[in-house]
Amino acid sequence: MTGPLPLAAAQPVIPDFGRGSTCVRDNGAFCWDWVSDHWGDTLRPALMQHLQLTAIAIVLGFAIAFVLALAAHRRGRLTTPVVLVTGLLYTIPSLALFQLLVPFTGLSRTTAEVALVSYTLLILFRNTLAGLAGVPEEVRDAARGMGLTQRQLLWSVELPLALPAIVAGLRIATVTVISLATVAVFVVNEGLGAPIYAGLQQTFKTELIAAGALCVALALIADGLLVLLQRVLTPWTRVARSR
Amino acid sequence: MNSDNTAQTEGPTAYPRAASLELRNVSKQYPGASRPAIEDLTLTVPAGEVCVLVGPSGCGKTTAMRLVNRMIVLTSGKILLDGASVMERKPPELRREIGYVIQQIGLFPHLTIADNIATVPRLLGWEKDRVAARVQELLALVQLPPELADRYPAQLSGGQRQRVGVARALAADPPLLLMDEPFGAIDPIARARLQDELLQLQQRVKKTIVFVTHDIDEAIKLGDRIAILREGGVLAQYAPPDELLAAPADDFVAQFVGVDRGLKRLALSRLVDVELLPLNGDHAAGTVDVQTSLRDAASLMLADGNRPLTVVDGDGKPLGQVTLELISAALDRHPPAPDPSAP
Repeated sequence: MTGPLPLAAAQPVIPDFGRGSTCVRDNGAFCWDWVSDHWGDTLRPALMQHLQLTAIAIVLGFAIAFVLALAAHRRGRLTTPVVLVTGLLYTIPSLALFQLLVPFTGLSRTTAEVALVSYTLLILFRNTLAGLAGVPEEVRDAARGMGLTQRQLLWSVELPLALPAIVAGLRIATVTVISLATVAVFVVNEGLGAPIYAGLQQTFKTELIAAGALCVALALIADGLLVLLQRVLTPWTRVARSR
Repeated sequence: MNSDNTAQTEGPTAYPRAASLELRNVSKQYPGASRPAIEDLTLTVPAGEVCVLVGPSGCGKTTAMRLVNRMIVLTSGKILLDGASVMERKPPELRREIGYVIQQIGLFPHLTIADNIATVPRLLGWEKDRVAARVQELLALVQLPPELADRYPAQLSGGQRQRVGVARALAADPPLLLMDEPFGAIDPIARARLQDELLQLQQRVKKTIVFVTHDIDEAIKLGDRIAILREGGVLAQYAPPDELLAAPADDFVAQFVGVDRGLKRLALSRLVDVELLPLNGDHAAGTVDVQTSLRDAASLMLADGNRPLTVVDGDGKPLGQVTLELISAALDRHPPAPDPSAP
């Protein structure tokens, strides 16, 4: 067949550009219509996966760090070894850690989570322990003198008073993990790291910018929610001091 | 937890019950220390009396107090609360029966005043309504306005916090109260007021109280009996204030109570306690109220050229005369019998 190709037939040559608006065809700096066209199939799933990666890492990391902190609070000599090990994990570059883990856990979400969890441990452990250690000695003495058991002292006095330090640790860990979880794309094609990585491979930058912005927004919102949580949980820290 | 463990058996109101406390040859030796912190301490506090442990810093007075509720474990000897050894009780259970007040107070910063006061009643498993009623009762007892109940400790002044500390210690109506320098961090004026309030409170609750201080004047003011400890936790003298001031057992005690012990002794008695000289017609220059302490009366006369004063009652009616000689003679009343076996 000869003759001019119908104009419409030229469209599929540029794949996956949605409506192929002027902005997209002109390779604009940032195209809102691309974002709305690909919200459902690219950005929203990536955001949800990212949220999941982060939540699992924080919950597991906090559970481990919390238990370690309670143990170290009871037996002070555990502190140094725990700080050494978690500090070492914290210093390993994430890409190197993925490399180290792949032979054991493969290119999987598990590999990503192990790495993310290991980055939360140091900060969550140190803050929880510092919060517990920061309870004034006279408060502890009065509590014991009134007949609180060790367990009652921990759960009804020491941990509530440690909450501001614990939440401060959770805020830093959460913001760190949200940004770090983008690197998980090197082992598993999940999270906001996927559209960011895709965006890096092409000259059309909207995908990269949109996913990056979502990542920043997610971090800010998570941080704000944790601040709110702390305000609700620690009303005594906000009262006006009279003298 | 059941309420059988409570010091109190029913109702939110205060109990008259107080326990006697007996320390029998009690010693405390810290591992590695060259000498004991407490050495062979024996003393008995009758139920309902205030025993003040006083002495220079490092004499072990706080240690002695903390042995009673097992915050420190004794090395040897016996401590009996109403005849029963404290060593046979589980520490948390024992401590819920013993009120505990410390200098830094140690209120829980994260709990409201009401929740702070409710600590021990809740540990003992009291009903909610009973706890709430008791909190209100205690706030009134320590003269704090009921609206403070919902505040946090940080919102209160030092004096108010100290009162909350006392209310919290009294919450489950314990038969014994331990107080470790409770007014030590309070300014002198507020301290004097808190001391007066404690005496008034004690009139009402009649607890057995072990009170630790380094201030001999506070000891004299508050104590039914005073135990003076010297360094190394050795008991130097255990006696009522008047006897301690009249007949110090040795130089250490004499020095500790001070060279003005005669004046301190005078401060313990009021004009109403002495037999006044009859009014002899010639009008004495000044008048003085019958409730005045002998010390203040002597001071007035010394300032006024040693002229006798007319003692009047609250309505200004003359009751008799007082002279410096009379006051001096009052110091010879009840000549205390010094222990002949004392060194």
